Formats: sequence, C-alpha cells, structure tokens
Amino acid sequence: MSDTQQKRIKIEVLRYRPEQDKEPVWQSFDVPYTDDMSVLQGVQYIKDELDGSLSFRWSCRMAICGSCGMMIDGKPKLSCKTFLRDYAGQTLRVEALAHFPIERDLVVGLEDFMDKLESIKPYIVPKEARTLAQGEYLQTPAERDQYEQFSSCINCTLCYAACPQYGMDSKFMGPGVLALLHRYNADSRDGAQAERMEIVGAEEGVWNCTAVAYCSEVCPKGVDPAKAVNLNKVNSAKAYFFGLPGKKEAAK
Amino acid sequence: MSKLTAGTANRKPFKRPMAGWYKRDPFFVRYMWREVTALAVLLYAIVLMVGVLRLSQGEAAFNGWLAALGSPLSIVFHLVLLVAMVYHVYTWFEVMPKTMPLLYAGGKRVADATIMRGGIVAAIVTNLALLALVWGMRP
Repeated sequence: MSDTQQKRIKIEVLRYRPEQDKEPVWQSFDVPYTDDMSVLQGVQYIKDELDGSLSFRWSCRMAICGSCGMMIDGKPKLSCKTFLRDYAGQTLRVEALAHFPIERDLVVGLEDFMDKLESIKPYIVPKEARTLAQGEYLQTPAERDQYEQFSSCINCTLCYAACPQYGMDSKFMGPGVLALLHRYNADSRDGAQAERMEIVGAEEGVWNCTAVAYCSEVCPKGVDPAKAVNLNKVNSAKAYFFGLPGKKEAAK
Repeated sequence: MSKLTAGTANRKPFKRPMAGWYKRDPFFVRYMWREVTALAVLLYAIVLMVGVLRLSQGEAAFNGWLAALGSPLSIVFHLVLLVAMVYHVYTWFEVMPKTMPLLYAGGKRVADATIMRGGIVAAIVTNLALLALVWGMRP
C-alpha cells in the first residue's frame, strides 16, 4: 500500500466467557487494516495482537470449509468472504451466529445441527445393490441437474442464523438440513426417499417453514434452501395423498 | 447426550432471546408486511361477501350496499386495500419460484426472476381483461 496513513476500524465483538460472564457483553477493539483484509483477518488480528482469549472458528479462509460464519453487522456471513473495507468509517459489530446457543465468544453449539444432519442420512443409499462387474451407477446430465445446486451446501449454518422459525423453535429441521435431504432425495441413484419423506412430512419438517426465505438470501453457495423446503411441501402433500415412493416394496 | 457434548462439564451455553426478532433485519420487516397484507385480501373478501348477502336480501338492500361503497370513507379504505393487495401480489410472485419444480427451457434453467416476472405479467393481464369485461358490461 502506498499511502502512509494506516487505516483503522473499530470492531465490536460480542464476548461471552461462560466462567465469568452471566450474559454476553460487547467489547471494542481498534484494528488497523488494509483493503485486502477480511473480517476473519480482523478478528485474527484481535486474537494475535490485542486479546488472546477471543475464541472463534475458522479453517480454510476461502469460503469452502463453512467454519467462520458470524453475524457481521447483524447479517449472517462467512467472515473470510466479507471485507473490512466495506465497513470503513463505521463501527463493525461481530457476533456469534444467531439462533444457536453461544458456547464462547463467536463459537456456537452445533450439536443440534449435527444430530439433524445425521438423521437425514446425508449420503446416497443405493437403489439397487450392484456388483463391481455391473459397473457404475449411471446418471444423465438432466438427472444430475435435479440436485446439483443443493449439493453445494458446505454446512456453514448461515441459513439457520437467518431462519426465525428455527430461532423460535429449534425442533424445526431447518433450511440447510432440508436442502441436503432434498439433494439426496432428488438423486436418481438414491433409494431412501421413503425414509427421508417421513422427516419431510413430520411436524418438525417442511411444514414448519413459513417461507421467510432469508435462508436463500444469505447462502454463500447459492444453494437456495427455501426452494428445497418449499418443493418438499409439494412432495409431502403428494406423499400424503398418493403414498410414499418405494414404501410398498419396503413393506414386503 | 450427543456424542459431541460428552465430557464437557463446564459448558454454560447462552441462548439469546428472540423477542422483537422481526425488527432485527429489513428482510424480516418486509416479510411481516407480506404476511400482514394477506389480511387485506381477507378484508376485501368480507366486503364482497357482504355484497352477496345484501343482494340476496333484495334490490333496496343491495343498492344500500352500493351507496355505502361510494362513501369517501369507503373509497379511502379501498385505496388502502388496493395498495396492500398490490404489494401482496408482488411478494406472492416473489415467493412463487421457490415453490415450483426446477424448470428447463431449451436445455437451460429458467431463472427465478423470469418466473416471477411471468407471474406478475399474468396478474396484470388478467386484471386488465377483467376490468375490460366489467367495463363492457356496464348498463
């Protein structure tokens, strides 16, 4: 950088240290920055130079690991993909992802999300058992298009921080998990649709969604969870009236 | 207890309150307006149903209903309803692409914005056609 004046930004972080704080408190830091610095780098500067006790998650720094989601100026964002320069001249507030319990500082408890993720069987359950000699499971490009966008999910949970329904009642499966559920249900090679539709049609499933659709707005990967959820309202209604696909076979 | 929580006795997770959540983000405020303006549809349906009821009670009753509709208060009320319903129609079509299966035309995905515009154009055309029909049937 050619300019001699070092740019600075005031970053307020919502701190929560369970051993000493009864509730979260804002703490202010004065951080020097350059135009190429992400919010994550700003928070890392705080930890390295100003207060080593600050806790947060991060890993890849390039918007693919899904670890560094935070409320940045009140919006759920990946802190590695958000730049300090865009908040120049204002106080930047950084808070743990909304709707999740805060474990410590910017770290939230994710076990509820993980349990939900596990429950939907987020993997392909082969429709038919095949031997190696029979070769691979074939799929046309059109069949792949049915699930491709939903497979871009990186489990960053920004969509949960955007979903007031999940915030008010965490029994709701939520946008991300339902989008991943759809990713596998929409895969022509998968044979576990009937099992997953039980989750879709349950009280905690898609019908808890009121189509706020902020989840799709904040998704850093263009997954559009609101679409997956609302598509499955149609699927759930179909299953209610016409039965579940593959259910009869399972009953035999 | 989940596998992830085993052996972590000193945890004291803090759950933040949700009170006033709809004021937190402009996106939520717009969502609440979308939901509230649905009531305009209900109110207008009630006005029309009262009209049908008055019609069943004879000519004088129906003419009384028509006269009430022409009062300044009623006209202001209907203008408010119109604005609310136009906004509701817009938001309705904004959500529509999210409720539809993936659409393809000529091998390419039809964009959400195109579906939304299609819906809005269809709404405008049908409303204009209805207006023209009613206008043509004037006594």
